[in-house]
Amino acid sequence: MILLQLFYSFFKIGLFTIGGGYAMLAIIQQEIVRYGWLTRAEFVDIVSIAEMTPGPIAVNAATFVGYRSAGLAGALAATTAVVLPSLISVMVVAKAWERYKSSQAVQGMFGGIRPVVVGLVGAAAVLVATTSLETLTGLGVKVGTLLIAAGSFGAVYYLKWDPIKVLLGAGLLGLLLF
Amino acid sequence: MSSKLKDFWRLFTAFFRIGAFTFGGGFAMLPLIEKEVVDRNGWAERDEILDIFALAQSVPGAIGVNTAVFVGGRLYGIAGAIVALVGVITPSFLIILVIAHFFAQFKDNPYVASAFAGLRGAIIGLIACAAVRVARTAIFDRFGLAVAVTAFFLSVNGIIPAVWLMVLGGLAGYLYYTRKKQEKTL
Repeated sequence: MILLQLFYSFFKIGLFTIGGGYAMLAIIQQEIVRYGWLTRAEFVDIVSIAEMTPGPIAVNAATFVGYRSAGLAGALAATTAVVLPSLISVMVVAKAWERYKSSQAVQGMFGGIRPVVVGLVGAAAVLVATTSLETLTGLGVKVGTLLIAAGSFGAVYYLKWDPIKVLLGAGLLGLLLF
Repeated sequence: MSSKLKDFWRLFTAFFRIGAFTFGGGFAMLPLIEKEVVDRNGWAERDEILDIFALAQSVPGAIGVNTAVFVGGRLYGIAGAIVALVGVITPSFLIILVIAHFFAQFKDNPYVASAFAGLRGAIIGLIACAAVRVARTAIFDRFGLAVAVTAFFLSVNGIIPAVWLMVLGGLAGYLYYTRKKQEKTL
């Protein structure tokens, strides 16, 4: 039963992952919380792990959640489910998309979907921030976390630092400060 | 090894390498995919790569996974698609299995907990950064801005599931942009 739930949830997550994993954090969180597979704090930790390990975030989250809730079988079920929509959509839709991508209707639809993705990514940042602040204890740690967040943003957005190095640096800062 | 098996092995290892060295989302993959697919193996022309990427971003699924399926499928049909797909996800599957297995022991360790507290701050910054970058390519008029702000508030409050927000956004975009086009032509 749990394998079916995992399969269904992660198939849905894969199906609605369009244009990058961050927009999917909101959906992944909804599904994880709905079935109680992980706590919200664990969810934020998965995002950190997914960022530090290679591979798409949705695939990382599928393997992790699947394994934690139903062992190796769960990891295989969730990972297969999350990539299955890619196989189907790219093989089937690719040809139709080539033909219709410049049509008014398809252009219009994507004109509406892309801004939604922006809103979802923004919401993911706020969700991760509020979850972190709720679960971390001590005013110093909370303020420190926000300062690290601001510093990371500046380092990656303006200074174009490598995100992996920023993450390693932040982990090190956490070790030293908290 | 038969030549067919050799071709599949080449495809598998190329996407295994892409999967093993891609951190933090699809856009970081572009240079690596270009190197493997265009320079090393000649599976696509350089200007085709951007079209493949545009397609990978516009259909459901993670960008790296979609690119693998597209390149593999174009070379050897559905079997090629599956070989490239398995290649690109195997590295992260194995690494995450190991981490998930030892996670319970790790996370209660005080040093690990401190490191993760620092990491959470960086994650907030990285996601905010992604939001700003996506906004710069996706929003170019008032309609787009209104849709993004609406989606943001509905998603933060959890009023409407994210999946439905995308469906509604697509519908709104279809209605708005086709009508606007008609007004222009009248």
